[in-house]
Amino acid sequence: MRRTALLALASALCLAYANKKSADEARQFLKQIPNNEKITQALNRLTFGPRPGDAEQVRSQGLKKWIDLQLHPERIPENPVLAEKLKTLDTLTMSAEQLVQNYPTPQIVKQMVAGQMPFPTDPDRRMMIEKLVAKAEKKQGQAEQANPDAPEAQPLADLLPREQIRTLRTGTPEQRMAAFQALTKDRQADVIAALPAGMRQGLFQFAPPELRRRIELANGPQQVVARDLMEGKLLRAIYSNRQLDEVLADFWFNHFNVFLDKGADRYLVTAYEREAIRPHVLGKFKDLLEATAKSPAMLFYLDNWQSVGPDAPQLRGAVPKKGKRGLNENYGRELLELHTLGVDGGYTQRDVTEVARCFTGWTINQPQRGGTFAFNRRTHDNGEKVVLGVTIPAGGGMADGEKVLDIVAHHPSTARFISRKLAQRFVADEPPPALVERMAQTFLKSDGDLREVMRTMLDSKEAWSEGAYRSKMKSPLEMVTSAVRAVNGNVDFAFALANQVAQLGQPLYRKQEPTGYSNSSKEWVNSAGLLARMNFALQLANDKVPGVKVDTAAGMTLGSPEFQKK
Amino acid sequence: MMTRRLFVRGSAIVMAGIGAAPSWLARAAEGARGKRKTLVAIFQRGAADSLNVVVPFSEKRYYELRPTIGIAAPSGQNSGPAQNSAIDLDGRFGLHPQLQPLKAFWDKGQLAIVEATGSPDPSRSHFDAQDYMESGTPGKTSGDGWLNRALLPAGPETSPVRAIAMGAQLPRTLRGDRAAIAVNDMQSFQVGNQDTSSILESMYAGSADSRLERTGKDAFAAMKMIRSITQGPNNPPGNQQYFQGGELGRSLQQVARLIKADVGVEAAFAEVGGWDHHGNEPGQLANLLRQFGQALSAFCQDMGDRMDDIVLVTMSEFGRTAQENGNNGTDHGHGGAMMVLGGPVRGGKIYGRWPGLATEQLYEGRDLAVTTDFRAVLSELVAGHLGQTNLAQVFPGFTPGDRLGLLRS
Repeated sequence: MRRTALLALASALCLAYANKKSADEARQFLKQIPNNEKITQALNRLTFGPRPGDAEQVRSQGLKKWIDLQLHPERIPENPVLAEKLKTLDTLTMSAEQLVQNYPTPQIVKQMVAGQMPFPTDPDRRMMIEKLVAKAEKKQGQAEQANPDAPEAQPLADLLPREQIRTLRTGTPEQRMAAFQALTKDRQADVIAALPAGMRQGLFQFAPPELRRRIELANGPQQVVARDLMEGKLLRAIYSNRQLDEVLADFWFNHFNVFLDKGADRYLVTAYEREAIRPHVLGKFKDLLEATAKSPAMLFYLDNWQSVGPDAPQLRGAVPKKGKRGLNENYGRELLELHTLGVDGGYTQRDVTEVARCFTGWTINQPQRGGTFAFNRRTHDNGEKVVLGVTIPAGGGMADGEKVLDIVAHHPSTARFISRKLAQRFVADEPPPALVERMAQTFLKSDGDLREVMRTMLDSKEAWSEGAYRSKMKSPLEMVTSAVRAVNGNVDFAFALANQVAQLGQPLYRKQEPTGYSNSSKEWVNSAGLLARMNFALQLANDKVPGVKVDTAAGMTLGSPEFQKK
Repeated sequence: MMTRRLFVRGSAIVMAGIGAAPSWLARAAEGARGKRKTLVAIFQRGAADSLNVVVPFSEKRYYELRPTIGIAAPSGQNSGPAQNSAIDLDGRFGLHPQLQPLKAFWDKGQLAIVEATGSPDPSRSHFDAQDYMESGTPGKTSGDGWLNRALLPAGPETSPVRAIAMGAQLPRTLRGDRAAIAVNDMQSFQVGNQDTSSILESMYAGSADSRLERTGKDAFAAMKMIRSITQGPNNPPGNQQYFQGGELGRSLQQVARLIKADVGVEAAFAEVGGWDHHGNEPGQLANLLRQFGQALSAFCQDMGDRMDDIVLVTMSEFGRTAQENGNNGTDHGHGGAMMVLGGPVRGGKIYGRWPGLATEQLYEGRDLAVTTDFRAVLSELVAGHLGQTNLAQVFPGFTPGDRLGLLRS
């Protein structure tokens, strides 16, 4: 008995303490920060970190006006430097189909050789791919001891005199480039293909963008697509004038995460980010949701493209083909749990299955060839469904899925879930519930207008309070980009920076789980991550990060505890 | 959803008051004191398909539910080439053929398997279920993890690398009050040169942010210790096998190196992802399990006699649907299996009550039921191996029932 009484007392005390603590915290969100700190806060949260001079610029423009412009990125002229830097990353503007053709996997290259696929039209690309084919055929020829007439990819020693090889290996950057550029283009291609990986990398560092491209192709054409994505993201984060737009592109891609290394997604993610995510980050949530739902990247990632209704015409009466056909709940579940309602949003396993039935038939034409969205009537379950209490009558076809999107996009749980997640990213790890509630009300009143939800958040007292100010840890992406911005680094190529972000624990486009990366600081405070941050800071300041030039002695500052916060 | 959670939370509060420790607990802990022991936890993220890892081949129903992806019974009992059939363990269950390297440990009595184990929480969300399992508090996520709470209070002898997770992030399992560090790669676990390092160390020591201050302190202390280890030679036997063990092999190789350096590692955590096989499961699962088996086997061989003081336990957030889906895969399910491996383990035995696979025996008519709470398994290891008797602290609200008897002591 005494024990029980003690326990009750203890838990009462705990409760009182917890109440007091949360009351204290609530008060912190009501105390306003001074104007200067508001500018710091705005630059820390709505951009990828302040550059020298940014604070003055915001001050002279006026914070309110600056925020308003950031909410209308189309009114901000883009930085011409960025356009110049993105120019060589040509995959970023290609369709998935063009990517498959221009940056083929070994299998696609085989199809090209067999005449089933056309070679790329760009002469440089075509030449590099032909060299790769020749190299592969030679390897195969050696293995089979056959076909002495196969065109040969020669070893380096057959291509160049010893002197020149030595220059390429050990010369100064200028000597290496001069030796290389003295060769004909065809010979250059042979040399690139024959270079050992180490020498190739050595050349890469000093090469102009056009040559870098050919070297990347030799490393493996399909890898260029992934590299461009990561470099594009970092260059935009560092150089774009439309900073909030970039922060939101990062937020929403992460919310609707897809994993670049899952099969066909290698070629589908580029268009996904460009066409499903970016256009809608300040638009209507429903449009964003629908764009992701119909994107080949998401359909592939969460397996919906293979999902077939148990009563679909294709199956009825037929003996199911071995494996391959049936309902797949993966998308249905993550749609409810992660994309819209949230795990506590009031749905059941039954709802998951019903939603999955609604989306049967939502599939992809030729996913491996850079496919497009398609609805397949023959794999759709045409029966009646009940989703979250709403009856969806039989015979709806593709409209079933659209109806589901409509229901969940306007659901109060979604309004709250999305509002809280935004507030967690932009305001505080544990955002004040009153703020979340006001944002959710805006969401519901404005038909899910994300610009309006952002505005409610940015007009709030809480966003500019003691409770929010410098309360969050930077993610690895934010740490790396803010460091480069803080020292006005000049980024020639960004894949070494992307490797750094991965080292710090956040490989870009490579979060395997559909949750995406955490928006909460806790995730990013740990010993390995901290040491990696300090090391990056020192390397950057010592000009040791390939592709980035800085003129600073700020290593210690960038590695300091204060710089890890925002 | 809300009601379920409230219920679980409510019952946790009630249970905390009862908490009379079973008598085996005190005895088990008695045996664990004094010696330096290590508990290694391995998390298979993505929900491993336990029914194809430990195959219930004597159940006809298994083959009805999985006509395409089912693993054939050990050769002799069913058709199918030997390399594609299960490895018989006890006439009822068999290991996936790619887990051949683990059979030797079963035969030696070092490998035990707990069947139909998992969380009482019904969530089929990877993320909730992982959080719950790592927290050790089904139905809710706590800020810290069971393995951190399982550590005894630090003393003057406590090592800065007593609790170590392999990876760039500290997993929830090891978060908490006790110092725990995440190490991605031992070789690069250092900062700049001596001078820059000590300046940065003092900056973190003076940070006003208590999280950064503490994490910095732990990191620098661990860094110094690890630097002293990595300066020595490293030629473990079975290097090649670690390599074949993939990501997990690389992690366990580093754990092994720390253990061999006798620097006081008490708890280690490693993880391996990619178990979420909604489609094309057979090939992918075989690949993962090949690496999994090689990694565990390389570790045990590398540890040699030290295995007498090591227990390794595997877990995954939930199992998968008993029935295969339409894409040669399986969807999110419920009950799964855990492996317990080590010198102190009473192995060569399947533990836990097998609930059966008939529709009415399945959880919600679709998944393997849970008959052994994962906390029951971990409780025995925490108490018997780490000597932590305050199980109410490690698994609040949970009272272990009858002892499974996983450990010899």
